[in-house]
Amino acid sequence: MNVVLIIFLACIGVGIILCFLRMVGGPTSADRMVGVDTFATVTVALLVLMGFILERRVYLDVSLVYAVLTFVGTVAVARYFERGI
Amino acid sequence: METAGLIVTGFGVLFLLLGSLGVFRLPDVYNRLQAGTKCTTLGAFCTTLGVGIMEPSWFFKTLIIAVFILVTNPISAHALGRASRKSGVPLWKGSVIDKSEEFEEFREEQ
Repeated sequence: MNVVLIIFLACIGVGIILCFLRMVGGPTSADRMVGVDTFATVTVALLVLMGFILERRVYLDVSLVYAVLTFVGTVAVARYFERGI
Repeated sequence: METAGLIVTGFGVLFLLLGSLGVFRLPDVYNRLQAGTKCTTLGAFCTTLGVGIMEPSWFFKTLIIAVFILVTNPISAHALGRASRKSGVPLWKGSVIDKSEEFEEFREEQ
């Protein structure tokens, strides 16, 4: 594990913190949902990078399932905003 | 091979950081959606593919994840933007153009 990968992890961590702040303080609920969507995409990249650093292949499967679940959840919440349940 | 993968991954990480910064800083939902979709899609694509270049036995699986992100992220962003437009979230006061009203009038004429 070299220094460059640690710098990459730090950059992704700062990005996740920024998305989380938007999630907490967004004025409308659509803002919060944008924060959640961006948060999830950044987390998929973080999981793949962590799998490379820790040399565990199972992290790839975890990130793929996380991407699928996030997509379904975001589309469901968008439909709820549009016309109710 | 290692260096090429590191360069591609670093490009992706830079875009992820800039996209998150845009989500934090920009003024309204639609601008935030733009930053949070385009930058983050390219960033996650490049990061995942760069890990696949660094570890060639993982390349096929990382390619599947990257293509999945590339397909599904614009769809969810489009659904969110359309939903916030329909549920009446206002535009920022500095926005200059709103094509969706023209489109609604055009659809009512039809």
